[in-house]
Formats: sequence, C-alpha cells, structure tokens
Amino acid sequence: MTTGEPLIVLDGVNKWFGPLHVLDDVSLSVGRGEVVVVIGPSGSGKSTLCRTINRLEPINSGTITFDGTPLPAEGKALAKLRSEVGMVFQSFNLFAHKTILENVTLGPVKVRGEKPAAARERGLALLDRVGIANQAEKYPAQLSGGQQQRAAIARALAMQPKAMLFDEPTSALDPEMVGEVLEVMTSLARDGMTMVVVTHEMGFARHAANRVIFMADGKLVEDAPPAEFFANPRSERAKDFLSKILTH
Amino acid sequence: MHVFADPTNLDAYLSGFLWILKLTGASAVLALVLGVLLAAFRVSPVPVLRGFGAAWVNIFRNTPLTLIIFFCYFGLYTTLGLTLSDDLDLNNYWLGVVGLSVYTAAFVCEAVRSGVNTVPAGQAEAARAIGLTFFQTLRIVILPQAGRAVVAPLGSVLIALCKNATIVGTIGLIEASSVMKDLINSNGDAVIAIFAVFAGTFAALLIPTGYFFGWLANRLAVKR
Ligand SMILES: Nc1ncnc2c1ncn2[C@@H]1O[C@H](COP(=O)(O)OP(=O)(O)O)[C@@H](O)[C@H]1O
Ligand SMILES: [Mg+2]
Repeated sequence: MTTGEPLIVLDGVNKWFGPLHVLDDVSLSVGRGEVVVVIGPSGSGKSTLCRTINRLEPINSGTITFDGTPLPAEGKALAKLRSEVGMVFQSFNLFAHKTILENVTLGPVKVRGEKPAAARERGLALLDRVGIANQAEKYPAQLSGGQQQRAAIARALAMQPKAMLFDEPTSALDPEMVGEVLEVMTSLARDGMTMVVVTHEMGFARHAANRVIFMADGKLVEDAPPAEFFANPRSERAKDFLSKILTH
Repeated sequence: MHVFADPTNLDAYLSGFLWILKLTGASAVLALVLGVLLAAFRVSPVPVLRGFGAAWVNIFRNTPLTLIIFFCYFGLYTTLGLTLSDDLDLNNYWLGVVGLSVYTAAFVCEAVRSGVNTVPAGQAEAARAIGLTFFQTLRIVILPQAGRAVVAPLGSVLIALCKNATIVGTIGLIEASSVMKDLINSNGDAVIAIFAVFAGTFAALLIPTGYFFGWLANRLAVKR
C-alpha cells in the first residue's frame, strides 16, 4: 500500500506538560495510504501524539513533516495545513449551533472559499456516503452518538484531507453504535485514505490497519504489522496490556 | 404634582432624561465594540494583546467612574486641550461618553470573556482543526454560542451604564440627576414627590430593559 515518500514523518519528537514528559523521543513515519493504529494504556500520550500532527499541540523539540514540508508555526500557513489533515475527536465536537449540513459545508466555504451551492451538493453526497443524508437539516443534539460521529467524519472529509487523525472515535459511543462508525472508517481505509487511528477496537486494528503502534509512558514501544503484533508482542508492557484488554 | 405642571420644570425634566438616553446610547455602542475587541484580545494567542486587554480591564474596572469622568474633563479637556465640540454642552456630553465607554468596555469585556468560557473547548479545537483562523473561530463558532451566556450579563452592564450616566452631571451636563437636584433646591415642599418621579422614570426605563435581555438570552440558547 505504501508508495513513494512518507506523508507524515515525526523525528525525535519530545513534548513536556510542565515536568511530565508526554512524548519521549518519538520517531514515526506514515506512508501514503497507510493505516496506522495507535494503542497503549491511558495516559501514555496517544492523544497528544495525534494532536501534534496538526499542531493542536506544539512540540518542544524534534521535527514533524507533513507531505514534505515541516509544520508551520503560526498563522495562515498553519491553518492551511490543518485544513489538509482531517481530525475526528472522541467527543465529536460538532458545532452545536449549526445544522449537520452546515457543519459539513462550513470548512469548504469559509476556509477554501468554495461556492455555497457547490459545497452543499458535495456535503450532501458525503452525508449520504456516511449514511446520514436524511439528518442533514437537524442539529447535532438531535442525533445519536453514532450519527454525530459519522457527521464529524463527513465534516473532516469535506476538506478533502490528505490524511485523517482519529482520537478514540468510538470510545464515547454506546456499544450498539460502535459498528456503524467503524464501518465508515474501514471503508475509508479501503479507499486508500492515510489514517492514524487511536483506538481500543482490536477488530479494527486486525482487519484495517497496516501497522500497529504500541505506546507506553510517552515512548513508542512497538511498531509492527497487526498479525505479528497480536500473535507475538515483543515487550512485556505490550504483553501485559494485551492480556488485559483481550480477556474481556 | 404642581412642580411638573410648570412647563419650565417639565422641559428640564425631559431634557435631563434625554441627555441620559443619549449618553447611554452612544456609550453602549462604543463600549460594546471596544469590549468585544478587548475580549478577543484577552483570549487571543498573542501575549501582547492578552496583556493589553488585561491591563485595560484592571485599570478601568478598578477606578471609580467619578475619577474617570473628572479625568476626562480636567485631564483631557482642561489640561490637554482636547475639545470634542464647540458647543459647551456637547463638549461635556462627548467627554462623558468617552469616560463612560472606556469604563463600561472593561465590564463588557469580562461579560463576553466569561460567556466565551462557557463554550466547551472542543468547539474551538474542531474549528481550528478544519483550518479556521483565530478570528474566524471566534466569530463563526465561539461568539454565536456564547450568546446566551453573554447577553444576560450584558443586560446588567447596560442597566448599570444608564444609571452611571448621571455621573456626567458632575462635569456640568444638566442630565436627570442634576435637574432633580435643582428642582429639589427650589421646591423644598415636594422633595419626596420629585425624588419618586425621577426614580420612577429610571425604573420605567430599566425594568423592561432587564426583561428584554432575559427574553433575548432564552432565544439565543444553544441546545447541547
Ligand atoms: N493539556 C494538558 N496539560 C497537562 N497535562 C496534560 C495535558 N494533556 C494531557 N496531559 C497529560 O499528558 C499525559 C498523556 O495524555 P494523553 O496524550 O491524553 O494520553 P492518552 O491519550 O494516551 O490517554 C497524561 O498524563 C495527561 O494527564
Ligand atoms: Mg486519549
């Protein structure tokens, strides 16, 4: 699946929150079309890793390159970079005062300067793709969690991103809604989207990921294809973690 | 009510409240614009702007309004020669508007800022993540949702502004409270009645204002 130069490259990235070393010399590269699942215990720095890639969190040292260019520090260039990296949050974060369709068209119209009519048409097609075209005129609070998360994915896709970041996209959902969101993500992966996915859904990791990354205490401990990682974790930390999550 | 049957007194009463309304109107507009701008400064990622906003709020919110109005008159006008109109009344009026505006802007800023803080942080993050700039995020995503939480306290700020406008009487503008003092001085037998009329007029203006802002806050509520 991986072709040409990698799309996302982290090299020797360090990040502190005060005295807390949340990212400890993390190096990682994600190829175009590659799907990388990030797992690890709570507090190991998975969300922070995800958020550094579109610079929602600035880093203290090291470099992050996206599509061949180092992340810009501020201003218009940073906004442009963010518009090329889709992000899906655990808590959806749909704009509460906008309809689902407005949520999806806001970025294309305000950031890209697309014509509202064209953005609307494309937005409806995206909502159809994630299976909620009939919810277009509703407000986020009127939708179920699974529908909101699918709308959030459509909002990110509307920017035609080069890569998508998912930070525990199904963790806030009732169990019966997890499947519908994973299904959308799996189809994205199949269509060749570059994805970094923080998740504890091991089924998704096994079937949709090219690589699984295991983090502990801010360090990138393992990096292996899913079959190899699940069958044969090398570190004690990973073995311990897997035994805990796979027994229930 | 023999006092207000005299046309001269009635005129004075009306023109006193007209000045109050004019002071309130102009200062409200200026303070709102300035206050929202200061609030944007205070939540911006630029340290210099944040510092400027914080300094403004700390200085003007903690200085008695009487001192600010005196400064506008004796400092800006008498000492520095800032003349805002050739007409004496209008000059005092505009000096009063300047003082009321810079003072009230500090309160508007804090009302807006506390409203902004009621909007969950995830809303701003999602906005930044799709590539909106700081000001777009504020204007399109944050402020509309802060509406409800901002409008109710803004109502209180406006009501306070209207009453505070009487302080401009201290620099010679014959607004409502100055008119009241004059009428009481020349009608010692009707002190309570005069007082009741002036207080009642303020209440008649401000009670509906309070209800209006309550109604507006409910209309602007955003469902979560
Ligand atoms: N904004 C922040 N300020 C201070 N500490 C933070 C902040 N965000 C996260 N942390 C801390 O950094 C560590 C890693 O957090 P996070 O990346 O969210 O981990 P994970 O997503 O793996 O659970 C945790 O100990 C967390 O408490
Ligand atoms: Mg997390």
